[in-house]
Amino acid sequence: MDMDIREQRRKAATLARRHVFIETPKTRSYFEAMTPQERDAFFAKEKVRSARVIKRRELLKNMRVGICLIIAVAVCILAIVPIFYTFLNSFMSSKEIADNYGVIFQSLSGHAKNGARYLDKTPVLRMVPQQVSIDQYKNLLFMSPAYLLKFWNSIILVVPIVLGQMIVACLASYGFARFRNRVIETIFFAYVILMLMPFQVTLVPNYMIAEKLGILDTNWAIILPGIFSTFAIFLLTKYMRQIPSAYIEAAKLDGATEWQIFTKIALPTCKSAIFALVILLFIDYWNMVEQPLVLLTDVDKQPLSVFLSQINEAEIGIAFAASALYMIPPLLIFLLGEEYLVEGISRSGVK
Amino acid sequence: MSNNTDLIKGSKDIKDNVTPRNKITPVTFDPSARAQLMLQKKKLHRRRKFAEGALFTGYLTPSLLGVFVFFFLPLLMLLKTSFQKSSTNTDFTGFTNYERVLTNDAFKSASLNTLHFSAIAVPLAVVIALLLALLLNSGMPGKSVFRSILLNPMMVPVASVVLIWQVFFSYNGVMNGWGFAHLFGEDKIDWLKSDHAQLVILILFLWKNLGYNMVLFLAALSNIPGEILEAAVMDGAGAFTRFFKIKMHYLSPTIFFVALMSLVNSFKIFREVYLLTGDYPYDPLYMLQHFMNNQFHKLDYSKLSAGAIIMCIVMVVIVGGLFYAEGRVDKDVEE
Repeated sequence: MDMDIREQRRKAATLARRHVFIETPKTRSYFEAMTPQERDAFFAKEKVRSARVIKRRELLKNMRVGICLIIAVAVCILAIVPIFYTFLNSFMSSKEIADNYGVIFQSLSGHAKNGARYLDKTPVLRMVPQQVSIDQYKNLLFMSPAYLLKFWNSIILVVPIVLGQMIVACLASYGFARFRNRVIETIFFAYVILMLMPFQVTLVPNYMIAEKLGILDTNWAIILPGIFSTFAIFLLTKYMRQIPSAYIEAAKLDGATEWQIFTKIALPTCKSAIFALVILLFIDYWNMVEQPLVLLTDVDKQPLSVFLSQINEAEIGIAFAASALYMIPPLLIFLLGEEYLVEGISRSGVK
Repeated sequence: MSNNTDLIKGSKDIKDNVTPRNKITPVTFDPSARAQLMLQKKKLHRRRKFAEGALFTGYLTPSLLGVFVFFFLPLLMLLKTSFQKSSTNTDFTGFTNYERVLTNDAFKSASLNTLHFSAIAVPLAVVIALLLALLLNSGMPGKSVFRSILLNPMMVPVASVVLIWQVFFSYNGVMNGWGFAHLFGEDKIDWLKSDHAQLVILILFLWKNLGYNMVLFLAALSNIPGEILEAAVMDGAGAFTRFFKIKMHYLSPTIFFVALMSLVNSFKIFREVYLLTGDYPYDPLYMLQHFMNNQFHKLDYSKLSAGAIIMCIVMVVIVGGLFYAEGRVDKDVEE
């Protein structure tokens, strides 16, 4: 007992020496002050409150997602309706097309324009044909052999361009990516400018050069400039510059030659970019209009893109089927290579 | 010094008997030998550098040759004809061609139209694509489905697009049937031959290119480090602050890239315009490419070349500016 008091006093003295005073008495917290009943009530109330908060938060989030979804769906519908529209309308019979849209094409250039202005009719936009028929396709494939010929023309123009440009671009972009100095950078900048240049800028000299090389009016007049176009080089170089230099150095230490580094490291790393570029180039050259118009004066050699715009006005009866068939190759390639395309595009813009 | 040479001489005798692997070559401190060694090293280095250069020229050669013949040579010829009286008459005429082009009303309106269109279309394409990317990135389901649907229009060929746009926007077209013309206070508009023609082409441009730009932005958005965003949330940054202070910072290189690609595509929209409206469209759609095409058909090559050279110079300035700005921003991001 005595010892206890002594102990306490000693402690107090020590604290006093250290100027430490415990003055605040120990208080019971709000929670401890409650009786068990009150405590239960408190918990119940709190549960309800937090449930309400969570619910509200969830609702807000759902609403936000819902609004986002609605907007996205609306945008997507806007984006995709024209494609569906073309495909669905291609199954209408020619008569139905003429009934629905005849009035539109009368008002276009080269037709009875002024007459159509007074024809105060509104066209009927029909998504679904009243009667499914493959009339248009039949007419197109069997009655107009020109169409198939042009289709083939398009293919033999586009495929060599895409393959050639990819080979040239792979080699060149590896050079641009691995070897950088002031001169090379300047050349690269020049390539970017050339990429931006519209075809019309070099129209005349291109014509003259094609004439001098004796390839005017042949497919080569389009294929050769196409192969050396710089678009693929620009994108692929951006890609190859992202290859970690550690890979290349490791390969070098293992005794790989430059060619091995190129084929075993650079190309496989850029696989998705190469596929993406093939798709982008295909659609770009599938669409070309200006080059064949100028460089191929022979109508029989012109590709489908030029021919189709003439079909559109002259024979609307088969225009939709022609458009639909024309759309199929790019769309197929897109569906097959979509993953690569998305990945390839994605990584091209990121540093 | 003499000792050293003696040592070497001595070792030479042993060399015949002993395999070089066991031999320890004594170090000579002969400055002349050292210099020679350095020279040799330098030579080797130069040779290696040359071999490397030759190798990369080998990679670049096919492209350089082709680009020289089909793109660079034409530009040089263009430069030459732009100072000639005409393509056949090679008299040097100084800057008269440029004067003729710059005072030409058609050229003026064409370049103004092109400028007008690009100045509206490129920023719009960037901003709307960014908004769409943010929308898709806001944690909604089915992101990849929407992404591929929005990429679809890019794959639709020009001629098919033209057909659809004719159905919608001609005088008796669907848009007028739906009464969209009333928005502009008229009963019926021949859209492509009205003052709203550029609007129609703008819609076409956005429809085609938004998907591509959006995919670029989506990739950039997913590249932003999440912990920085989380830290910002902990510090109480709202959505707007987070966007402008953090996301914009990481997005800036992509914005430049998208702007560049949109610029390229805004020139490519000429195809659609040409197929929709022909050689001489209604005034707001008369682009620089129309001007050049028409000069080509009129065989006025010197005027065409002068115009083309002017366009090239403008392009170099714009792209150079973009590259310069991109370089500066890049440095910022890397820091």
